[in-house]
Amino acid sequence: MKKSVIIGLSIGGALLLGVILIVMWSVRSYNNLVTLSEDVNKSWSLVENQYQRRMDLIPNLVNTVKGYANFEKQVLTDVTNARASASSMQVTKEVLNDPQAFQKFQQVQGQLSGALSRLLVTVENYPELKANENFLQLQAQLEGTENRISVERKKFNESVQTYNTTIKKFPTAVFAGIFNFKDKQYFQAVTGAENAPKVEF
Amino acid sequence: MKKLLFILLVLFSFALKAEVELPTLKYLATDLTNTLSADDILRLNRILSAFEDSTSNQLVFLMISTLGDYPIEEYANQVAQKNKIGTKKNDNGILFLVVKDDHKIRIEVGYGLEGALPDATSNSIIRNEILPLFKEDNYSAGVLAGVGAIVKATVGEYKNDAPKIRKRGKSIGGWIIPFLIIIFSFLFRGRRSRGIYLGSGMALGGFGGSSGFGGFGGGSSGGGFGGFSGGGGSFGGGGASGSW
Repeated sequence: MKKSVIIGLSIGGALLLGVILIVMWSVRSYNNLVTLSEDVNKSWSLVENQYQRRMDLIPNLVNTVKGYANFEKQVLTDVTNARASASSMQVTKEVLNDPQAFQKFQQVQGQLSGALSRLLVTVENYPELKANENFLQLQAQLEGTENRISVERKKFNESVQTYNTTIKKFPTAVFAGIFNFKDKQYFQAVTGAENAPKVEF
Repeated sequence: MKKLLFILLVLFSFALKAEVELPTLKYLATDLTNTLSADDILRLNRILSAFEDSTSNQLVFLMISTLGDYPIEEYANQVAQKNKIGTKKNDNGILFLVVKDDHKIRIEVGYGLEGALPDATSNSIIRNEILPLFKEDNYSAGVLAGVGAIVKATVGEYKNDAPKIRKRGKSIGGWIIPFLIIIFSFLFRGRRSRGIYLGSGMALGGFGGSSGFGGFGGGSSGGGFGGFSGGGGSFGGGGASGSW
């Protein structure tokens, strides 16, 4: 009689302990997933900032260059069009969960990078433009932004990699499934278009 | 298939990165090319450490000979991140990098100083202050001019609330503080592991389990002027490059 009570109590206790451990462990792994996911969002907003910054610089750049006699009109039109199509795209952090939208985002921004680098190469033919302090400052800002974009993209990819790896690993993968943590998109290098324009002084 | 390709790409890029060695900096001014005289280096270290003491900004000068095909922007960012230039609180580090044989310069600016030293200003410092002197092979004057201009641009941004206690000569002063800290951390450990952080102006990495961020080398600067230990600053690719 007494023995069975003790056995019953210890089995109950062991079960309770097991449940408590499982709950504690799942709370921790859930919180960890939330943290990682927020890290990705944070680094995404830094990437986005830099793309936005580049967008903001372009009108000034185009206006400065436009002032120079017979500057190749086509190059400028390309930049303006690429900027227009990049800014027409609504970008939220939801993009990270949507492969197609993410691909689109990369593509539009890639086109803009391409158009801008052609513009900066064309400028080489205009010595008087290269002597203009205003233009040189804009160029420095643009180059700085391109460099920041590539740095932030790298950091972003690293944080996505950590996140994606974590949600796929067992046993966290079980929770990721239950709480609907999905794979996030990362940047892929696109040959040519993604290279920051290199302009030697 | 795509994933495999990505993994291969990542591995490949790691392999590429391994080719370039990232130096661990011990002084605020380092010349690995032996171009500048010992006097110049001493003078630079004095200027830079006085600047750090008054503003907490860490301006670090590094001169190397060549990078091969490796992009200077990436190298500068990696060196700055690796050495954690600047404080963790303000991200106020700057790396002034000269690659002598490649004829390239970069000023890499930490997040917290991008406002005081925007890309256009860095660019103008390179073009107008440094390059004219470098073109005449006058490296020491060029470096000093660059340092002067960077200091001028960023001097008003932050104040150093907790100046480092520097070791002068061979006194034991530098040891006493870490020693006391260790004693106190043991005394307080039982009650509240956070106790040691309160009241102390410096983040004492390594105690109580919150390590991993380089810490603020509290009071240990490798002998005399210009000793450098990173404070945990972060960089996002701000700054400008130039070549001559």
